[in-house]
Amino acid sequence: MIQLENVHKAFGHNQVLQGVTLQVPQGRSLVIIGGSGSGKSVILKCILGLLPIDRGRILVNGQAGNLSTDRAFLARFGMLFQGGALFDSLPVWQNVAFALLRGAHGEARTKARVVALEKLRRVGLGARVADLYPSELSGGMQKRVGIARAIASEPAVMFFDEPTSGLDPIMTGVINDLIRGLVRELNATAITITHDMRSARAIADHVAMLHEGVIEWHGPAKDMDTCGNPYLEQFINARAQGPIKALG
Amino acid sequence: MKLLAPLALLGRQTLVLLLHIGRGTIFTLTGLSHILRPPFYGRELGRALLQIGWLSLPVVGLTAFFTGGALALQIHAGGARFSAEAVVPQIVAIGIVRELGPVLVGLMIAARVSSSIAAEIATMKVTEQLDALMTLSTHPMKYLTAPRILAGLVVVPVLVGVGDIIGIFGGFIVGTRQLGFNSGTYLANTIDFLQAADVVSSLIKGCVFGGIAAMMGCYFGMHAGRGAQGVGHATKGAVQAAAMLILTANFILTAVLFVP
Repeated sequence: MIQLENVHKAFGHNQVLQGVTLQVPQGRSLVIIGGSGSGKSVILKCILGLLPIDRGRILVNGQAGNLSTDRAFLARFGMLFQGGALFDSLPVWQNVAFALLRGAHGEARTKARVVALEKLRRVGLGARVADLYPSELSGGMQKRVGIARAIASEPAVMFFDEPTSGLDPIMTGVINDLIRGLVRELNATAITITHDMRSARAIADHVAMLHEGVIEWHGPAKDMDTCGNPYLEQFINARAQGPIKALG
Repeated sequence: MKLLAPLALLGRQTLVLLLHIGRGTIFTLTGLSHILRPPFYGRELGRALLQIGWLSLPVVGLTAFFTGGALALQIHAGGARFSAEAVVPQIVAIGIVRELGPVLVGLMIAARVSSSIAAEIATMKVTEQLDALMTLSTHPMKYLTAPRILAGLVVVPVLVGVGDIIGIFGGFIVGTRQLGFNSGTYLANTIDFLQAADVVSSLIKGCVFGGIAAMMGCYFGMHAGRGAQGVGHATKGAVQAAAMLILTANFILTAVLFVP
């Protein structure tokens, strides 16, 4: 269970989160939608402790984590970053097995490679990709390697930041199915950030809409089209007119 | 108010400088402490040693060789004004070992290594690779900064030693081939004149300059702004700061080591 209670976060004078309150039950998949620059990714970084919050409380299974000192806290998480964030200087298999390679020599290193190949296979990539470098991969393959890295330590909580941005519709479908399948398979709690409604419908058990620093709507994905919330309706129907100002 | 604008600009720049000094000092102490505390990343250290040390040898060698040769020519021409051409071997040796060797190697390392470290880490920052490291329970200061600083401290004195030898060799080639010195006499004068303290001071300077160059690359990379412009500013800032700090440190070390 992940709980955010009245979370505030500002960058200088820019109040990005102004009292976000959310709950994600164990084993459920939440998709956070909202306009560009609304602070969706900031929520994930605050949960991970990459960004300190100004006010409020974030609990994971009832405990507050401390990123700088608590390695066990971080070990529960797997994250796919928006651009993949693969390490350029390492081949694909070392990217995937990064957490397993710490201090590993000899046999442990061989085992880490086996795990990496298995995770790559799970995301639909063959062994021939393992020794390539990230720059040699297409955008879709980089996303899949990023997912393989996120699931390498079989985390209890998975975050996906814009997993389908910049991908063609077919690859978007592949990634959506992959995320949905992995979350079910690992019984993981998942939070996905996206503004792609097709992905949101494919991945989400619950949807939360972030607007002007607060959760404007939160509910089951199946209720999105009938909820009557004018902000959500404008967003999911991609209308320029409505309560959300598209310009300025 | 327009009349006060230059003063306001000066004030802002001063505050930015003070901010960098404060942050840089904390960063340096933190970076040095991470060198001593596990976990240690041997492969990253090996990679840093290769990048800072081995791959810098060509540029260091060429710089030292031509500087030694030019120094020999200058001393011969200058010495001729008061019939002191014979001191070329001694002055080349002392000039290269005490001053030009460490300073030029330091500046070359600042240009080559500080810039590449800053650009690499800054790119990692803007592409969220530093955040990814954190989520994989790996502290960027330990994984990226500590190995590079340690490599700078260890390998740059070696580069300075190599640079000193090649610089003296450059002077030797010019002295014996162009200025008519006897090769045996040239070498004997060089060896007789140099003292252990000269060589030790050269290596100490190399150690300090290597630490500065690596530290500045890491510091500016870690504090890079957003996008391509952020990477560019980080790279420029790292080279500028490293060069200025190396020259400042050189003055202080020279004063401490050689002024009685």
